Amino acid sequence: MDIFLQQIINGLTLGSVYAIVALGYTMVYGIIQLINFAHGEVVMIGAMVAFTVIGWLAANTALPPLAIVLIGTIAAIPVCVAVGYALEVFAYRRLRHAPRLAPLITAIGASIVLQQIAMMIWSRNPLAFPQIIPNTVYAVGGATITLVQLAIIITSVAMMIGLTLVVYRTRLGVAMRAASQNAPIAGLMGVNVNGVIAATFMIGAALAAVAGVMVGTYYGIAHYTMGALLGLKAFCAAVLGGIGNLAGAMLGGMLLGIVEALGAGYIGDFTNNVFGSNYQDVFAFLVLIAVLVFRPSGLLGERIGERA
Amino acid sequence: MNLTDKFKANPALLWSGVALIACALAVLPFVLAMAGTTWVRVTNLAILFTLLALGLNIVVGFAGLLDLGYIAFYGVGAYTYALLASPQFNIHLPFWIILPIGALAACVFGVLLGAPTLKLRGDYLAIVTLGFGEIVRIFFNNLSQPVNITNGPQGISRIDPFSIGGFSFNQSDIIFGLNFSGPVKYYYLLLLVLIMVIVINLRLEDSRIGRAWQAIREDEVAAQAMGINTTRVKLLAFAMGASFGGVAGGMFAAIQGFISPESFVLVESVMVLSMVVLGGMGNIWGVIVGALLLSFVPELLRHTVEPLQRSLFGRSLIDPEVVRMLLFGLALMLMMLFRPAGLWPSKVRKRELTEE
Repeated sequence: MDIFLQQIINGLTLGSVYAIVALGYTMVYGIIQLINFAHGEVVMIGAMVAFTVIGWLAANTALPPLAIVLIGTIAAIPVCVAVGYALEVFAYRRLRHAPRLAPLITAIGASIVLQQIAMMIWSRNPLAFPQIIPNTVYAVGGATITLVQLAIIITSVAMMIGLTLVVYRTRLGVAMRAASQNAPIAGLMGVNVNGVIAATFMIGAALAAVAGVMVGTYYGIAHYTMGALLGLKAFCAAVLGGIGNLAGAMLGGMLLGIVEALGAGYIGDFTNNVFGSNYQDVFAFLVLIAVLVFRPSGLLGERIGERA
Repeated sequence: MNLTDKFKANPALLWSGVALIACALAVLPFVLAMAGTTWVRVTNLAILFTLLALGLNIVVGFAGLLDLGYIAFYGVGAYTYALLASPQFNIHLPFWIILPIGALAACVFGVLLGAPTLKLRGDYLAIVTLGFGEIVRIFFNNLSQPVNITNGPQGISRIDPFSIGGFSFNQSDIIFGLNFSGPVKYYYLLLLVLIMVIVINLRLEDSRIGRAWQAIREDEVAAQAMGINTTRVKLLAFAMGASFGGVAGGMFAAIQGFISPESFVLVESVMVLSMVVLGGMGNIWGVIVGALLLSFVPELLRHTVEPLQRSLFGRSLIDPEVVRMLLFGLALMLMMLFRPAGLWPSKVRKRELTEE
């Protein structure tokens, strides 16, 4: 039982990171039906920038750990927002009416370019997170939860609530929803569609920055290749929940995290140790394939007519 | 008057051109060998990637299905060859038996991937294929336990080279007074295979199936209305593309003598895709040009950029590997933004990508 509970806790932690990243995919997709394949790299840039700042502060100042992490995150957000904006303007805007494959291919190109730039700036070696956060462990039932895990889950939930408020309670949110329903008509109603799309990219990038800090803190390292797999899994989460649907992305992220953690925890027992936890990364893709085959619109997505 | 018409009017011109190219290609390895055997190896690898790009072109260029996990089929071919011709299981089958097995294995994987996913819309299909590629690589990486099949991250070494009777492709022989080194022999073999694949591709393009692929690419609903069994035809594209990948993979394993999961990562899929996109999706000659460009330019850069940096700054500022990757990334981005139909576009594809 305690293994089960422990894996649920681990799953929820990773799941909240997936959910935050998945929100970035799903918001962009909701408005312009584009898979922003380079979104994972934005997460990576966020983690790298934050780690640089955090590492410097930890070595040169005596600020409390919370303040250090906060400053690092705040430093990462504008960089990621700038990258997100640049992606929209340079890589996607020209291709808004091109066939679907064109922006996907530019996105792959952009993600490679971002990775290489990150490698030139931060070298091939992973950046280590300085040991500043106390290793406090709380007991929950028969399992344990660390301070970092708790912080990740709470931050994610707070950000989800914040985003929901932005989308459903502000003028920008109204404009975003209008643009996602029908961009040309929204434009006629006085919505600056290009501005809204850019804003969506920027909000997604800001979320990605925080996600980068969270996942980096959780694993203790940041690396220039960390974004690719994370982005891919978050995309799986977005599809699982129903792409274009905010609640879906949150649910999908959490579910995917739990599926992964439980899968990794139990695959050995179920297969007589033929497969071990090193197959953890396979689950996300299996989930993705299963969802797309049996319920392409995802758990919460509306059924939309298939376009060839 | 364009080139095609000129050739039609004067067949002698065409044949003399072909003869000229044939002579150049026949002499090429000896010229390259003078600059160093490395260049012959580079050329061999370039031909291998051209084979891969041509295989992917069937899927992406002809049928319009974006496959981001193509390297998995290359990997399946390579591992098939490695397992059946190495000390790993102490099986040493001759290559003319293994290559078809490898092609078949890759084909089966292609169908396995294609069957459940071909109903998906283009961009979803792309991501699923990407996931599939990763799954295959994870299996290569981990199938060393509990039964050691792939030898895990260490990979499989001492893979048999191609050999017919006593004629082995990895040792030097003096034939007609000329020294044929291993890479040179492989060069001729690869060239032969390349020509075969080009001919198959050209024939496919104008065949009933090829036209069906292009019809699906242009408009799937309309193609279906015209009586094309779209699922089956798309599956066929996947299977054929995969088989070409499998053959190339088998040859790769034999030429290198060593394979590991490292050779079948996502970046390699992206590289092959860049070649197809750069050259012009759907145009066989364009794809060949794209593949050769993206194979040779990085090598040339490796030999120029690095010494240049050393002489200018006294040390290497930018790793040639980074330059290579940046080149791939930028090629993908800039091509899509400014010349979406590629350097050498196919006529149909050009029309499709510019008027939407």
